[in-house]
Amino acid sequence: MRVLVIEDDREAASYMAKGLREAGHVVDVAHDGRDGLLMAQTGDYDVLVVDRLLPGLDGLALVQTLRATGNTTPVLFLSALGQVDDRVKGLRAGGDDYLVKPYAFAELLARLEVLARRRMAPAAEARETVLRYADLEMDLLTRKVTRAGRTIELQPREFKLLEVLMRHAEQVMTRTMLLEKVWDYRFDPQTNVIDVHISRLRQKIDRGFEVPLIQTIRGAGYSLRDPRKTSPHGDL
Amino acid sequence: MILGRLLRTATFRLTLAYLGVFGISALALLAFVYESAVGFMERQTRETIAAEITGLEEQFRQRGIRGLTEVIRRRAEAARDRASLYLLIDADGRWIAGNLDRWPQGEENEDGTIRFTFERRGRDGEVLRREALARRFLVAGRWRLLVGRDVSDRIGVQHMLANAIMLGGGLILVIGVLGGFALSRWTLARLEGINRATERIMAGDLSRRIRTEGSDDEFDELARNLNAMLDRIEELVRAMREVTDNVAHDLRTPLTRLHARIELALMGELDVGKAREVLEEAMRDIEGLIATFDALLAIARAESGTLEAELEPVDLAAVAADVAELYEPLAEERAIRLVQSLESPACVSGHRQLLAQAVANLVDNAVKYTPEGGRVELRVRRGPPPVVEVVDNGPGIPPDQRERARKRFVRLDPDRSTPGNGLGLSLVEAVAHLHGAELELDDAAPGLIARIRFPARAAAPVPAAPEPAAG
Repeated sequence: MRVLVIEDDREAASYMAKGLREAGHVVDVAHDGRDGLLMAQTGDYDVLVVDRLLPGLDGLALVQTLRATGNTTPVLFLSALGQVDDRVKGLRAGGDDYLVKPYAFAELLARLEVLARRRMAPAAEARETVLRYADLEMDLLTRKVTRAGRTIELQPREFKLLEVLMRHAEQVMTRTMLLEKVWDYRFDPQTNVIDVHISRLRQKIDRGFEVPLIQTIRGAGYSLRDPRKTSPHGDL
Repeated sequence: MILGRLLRTATFRLTLAYLGVFGISALALLAFVYESAVGFMERQTRETIAAEITGLEEQFRQRGIRGLTEVIRRRAEAARDRASLYLLIDADGRWIAGNLDRWPQGEENEDGTIRFTFERRGRDGEVLRREALARRFLVAGRWRLLVGRDVSDRIGVQHMLANAIMLGGGLILVIGVLGGFALSRWTLARLEGINRATERIMAGDLSRRIRTEGSDDEFDELARNLNAMLDRIEELVRAMREVTDNVAHDLRTPLTRLHARIELALMGELDVGKAREVLEEAMRDIEGLIATFDALLAIARAESGTLEAELEPVDLAAVAADVAELYEPLAEERAIRLVQSLESPACVSGHRQLLAQAVANLVDNAVKYTPEGGRVELRVRRGPPPVVEVVDNGPGIPPDQRERARKRFVRLDPDRSTPGNGLGLSLVEAVAHLHGAELELDDAAPGLIARIRFPARAAAPVPAAPEPAAG
């Protein structure tokens, strides 16, 4: 994917760009708001990383201007301001996600890939009533899950967890993302409860099947992925 | 200078305005009283004269000039010191009868009366100048008759009345102005006290307070309200300072460790494998630091109580059920029975995320410290007061350690074998305080009861359906 990073801290920006390039993405960097806005409007990017506090033009104003001109490129706000209302302000200004500094690079990468993917396959997923991945099938209306034709009984929350993994199949979902999307929690429980939920789901989805679909991505999170298919970032 | 300030005070202006209105109405009243009194006395004089004339006319008609003369003589005799005046003279101007010596000269008024002055001897023989009002007649075409009244006393009364009114008016004015000054000085002094104290506080003396006079009036109320506000501000500033100090202290320790680790590694020879190992350890240190930092920030945020705008009705039972559901697999893995007894709905006005985090911390602790095969119960009672309880049958906390357990970074587990940063209960307590609630630690014999007790008035209406988690 093509990423535009608008971040005034040059060192942080260069690390981020290096990391993203190593993950196989094309990266441009702008160091102030005005340059960033100009590049965002003229270049064709899949996703923008925008720092909230920027010289020249504030991050919020930048995204508001961008949205006012009809540009819908997904935006991930980066901010040292982590209060709840800061997050709300960022999303209201037209941001699609909000990440508080300091963050783990794996978290940033996972979130950017989700945003970029959403842009490539717009809205179709929302109207879908049956989700399919490999031999796994989920009917959102009857709430029935089958794998290779075999019915799998799931608790409501397990269903929701699997739904999120299926909607983001082959993408990395970090624990924080799962907490947000499945439980609507924006805090880190002291113990990694997500791991236990995943291992429970694994018991039901993968047990007795030759190919495990729920993969642990080391240092990042989880992914629903058929290991016989190609590498994780190859298709982006 | 002070006078200028006094004159500019709102109180003085108000007093002056009031004095103006009061003075004008008082003057109008006094003028009316004066006019009526004077008019009444004047009328009385004229009526008396008219009555005398009627009487004399009667005598003259019945008994002729002789009878008239006699009556006048008698009356003059009787009225020697009194106010009635009579004089009868013949055509040549010779005195015939009466208590006046000379026929007075003077212009007649429109109503036929005249005013004149005459002299009379007082009791001690002194000469008194008197004023009189009278009517003059021609009797039977030859004699001339004068009937009048001495009005000197009446005029004296009039003057007295006028003086009294002037004096009273003047007194009202003086008292009003002085009162206005006094009142303004008093309010100015009260406000001055408040202003001086405020200036000192603005200059940085946050512990200073405004003195109340014990008069329980609106000035005392203002002072009390300002003091309450100052207490709150001071508390916030103190909390902020404490948080900063704590953050500085609590982050410095792990930072020092991290620094030492890297420094030590750089001192020796580094092959790739060793470098990788050091970096991975450093990375873990930093992750721990970030987690601690986040927890401290969350506590600070909750403690500073700046979230009030985000409060919404929250069903504690729903929050507890969600948390229980989040921890259920973990409990099961440790063979702990996680029991829920929830009264739903149990609504308070609160912050859903923070309440969930607080309940999650309590459940996390309970599951962590309860031995395998134990039991953790999550209770919500509607109240009032609404209460959330997490009860375990683990080792519990001895009574003398319970206060310490709430402190930041305190971990009662001496060998620190369980993961955690010692901030869990601090956060719960901060969140509780943000909601006006209290965190209580009790004995479950055996085990621990951690209870968040909300104030009885915290009960809120049932919330709308919770927003679904984003897909």
